[in-house]
Amino acid sequence: LIGIRREFMLTRKKFGGAIALSFSIACAAPAHAESAIVAVAANFAGAAEAIAMRFSASTGHTVQITTGSTGKLYAQIKEGAPFDVLLSADSKTPEKLETEGDAVAGSRFTYAIGKLTLWSPDEGRVSAEPKATLTASDTINIAIANPELAPYGVAAKQTLERLGLWETVQPKIVFGQNIGQAHALVDTGAAQMGFVALSAVVGPEGNAKGSRWDVPQEYFDPIQQDAVLLSHGGSNAAAIAFLDFLKGDEAGKIVASFGYDSD
Amino acid sequence: VPDLGPLWLTLQLAAVTATILLVVGTPLAWWLAHTRWRGRAIVEAITALPLVLPPTVLGFYLLLVMSPRSGLGGLWLQVTDTTLVFSFSGLVVASVLYSLPFTVQPLQAAFEAVGREPLEAAATLRASPLDSFLTVASPLAARGYLTAGVLTFAHTIGEFGVVLMVGGNVPGRTKVISIAVYEHVETLNYADAHLLSAGLLGFSFIVLLLVYSVNRRMPLRVSR
Repeated sequence: LIGIRREFMLTRKKFGGAIALSFSIACAAPAHAESAIVAVAANFAGAAEAIAMRFSASTGHTVQITTGSTGKLYAQIKEGAPFDVLLSADSKTPEKLETEGDAVAGSRFTYAIGKLTLWSPDEGRVSAEPKATLTASDTINIAIANPELAPYGVAAKQTLERLGLWETVQPKIVFGQNIGQAHALVDTGAAQMGFVALSAVVGPEGNAKGSRWDVPQEYFDPIQQDAVLLSHGGSNAAAIAFLDFLKGDEAGKIVASFGYDSD
Repeated sequence: VPDLGPLWLTLQLAAVTATILLVVGTPLAWWLAHTRWRGRAIVEAITALPLVLPPTVLGFYLLLVMSPRSGLGGLWLQVTDTTLVFSFSGLVVASVLYSLPFTVQPLQAAFEAVGREPLEAAATLRASPLDSFLTVASPLAARGYLTAGVLTFAHTIGEFGVVLMVGGNVPGRTKVISIAVYEHVETLNYADAHLLSAGLLGFSFIVLLLVYSVNRRMPLRVSR
């Protein structure tokens, strides 16, 4: 009888140990280390990667980042893409998703305000006189993002209209499907210059070489970039924690270091 | 009603590309069909590359090569005063490379099917090589020409990735039908996207149906 009792106690001891061990693991990592898919507008891709790394390091959650134009991401979300968070390049799309019931009501906020710059990889090509720069005879092609598709394209168009050059430079304009492609057209030298996201030419690792004219904010409507929790991620702890992290100071500093204003 | 500009532009691009490729591809296919050179496989592999490469790879390299910063792109700029990239000419260059196997492979197969005997027979009757090519081999390979021409034309119409990379989406210059569909979808204009897509779907089916039914009715008249 004593033998049986001893065995029972041993079992209880082992069991308790196992419970204590699993409890300590659970404390080291967050309550549940989950993973979320974050859909990011092309212009914010670099900053989002940097934020995601810091986020994972400090919370244990993981996020996967998928990028595209806001319009394409919207279409994918409407077709049931498994995205948990959207970091849009505008404020309209998150609002629309919320109205249509594809995003969690009240979760929207502005995470960054985009800035526009006229950039050329060639030193001295872009001067402080944008009109002269844009109409110069050796400026053959000017790349902008498609205004039908991309908020940065709208801003570029507004800037050209404000300068009174939209009609004049029309034959020189070539379109990228999103701000990332517009940037690539300039970077490869195919277009001599282009209106690109400031965030793509300045960064924590130094600025891109070349010359640029940062477009004053009053030339175009603010590119307010909003984030929203999508219905798919409504109960995803990683998605919710990521949005909280994005609102915080640490993320704000990263956002600013990539050439955005943070709200 | 959607803007039909991209449709006409696409048809022009396909017609110009098919014409150029039939002119350039015929001697290449002829040579490939008849050469005994050991390095033939290298040329065949290069010709077939556009079949396996993602169009974005081709498009990316073409963007670099046609950029005014590169030798070729710079030369083009000096001569024509316009950039090769973002131009209709640039799309033609891209399409010729992209559709090359669709011209060369059917022609090569046709020339190989004709074989050497009819040409040797023509030679014994003192026909010059050019003469026997034009009056003996080419009529026998008519089916190959038809297949090559139609497939090249149709394949160019279906082009998307390359054009997206080097075209710059300029209305009337480089905005072809596949790009227009893409843009309609992105702007949630599904009605116009459907119209253009359904039109393209119907067109492609009819083209392929024609090729296959003509191929069946027009067997090679070669006795071997």
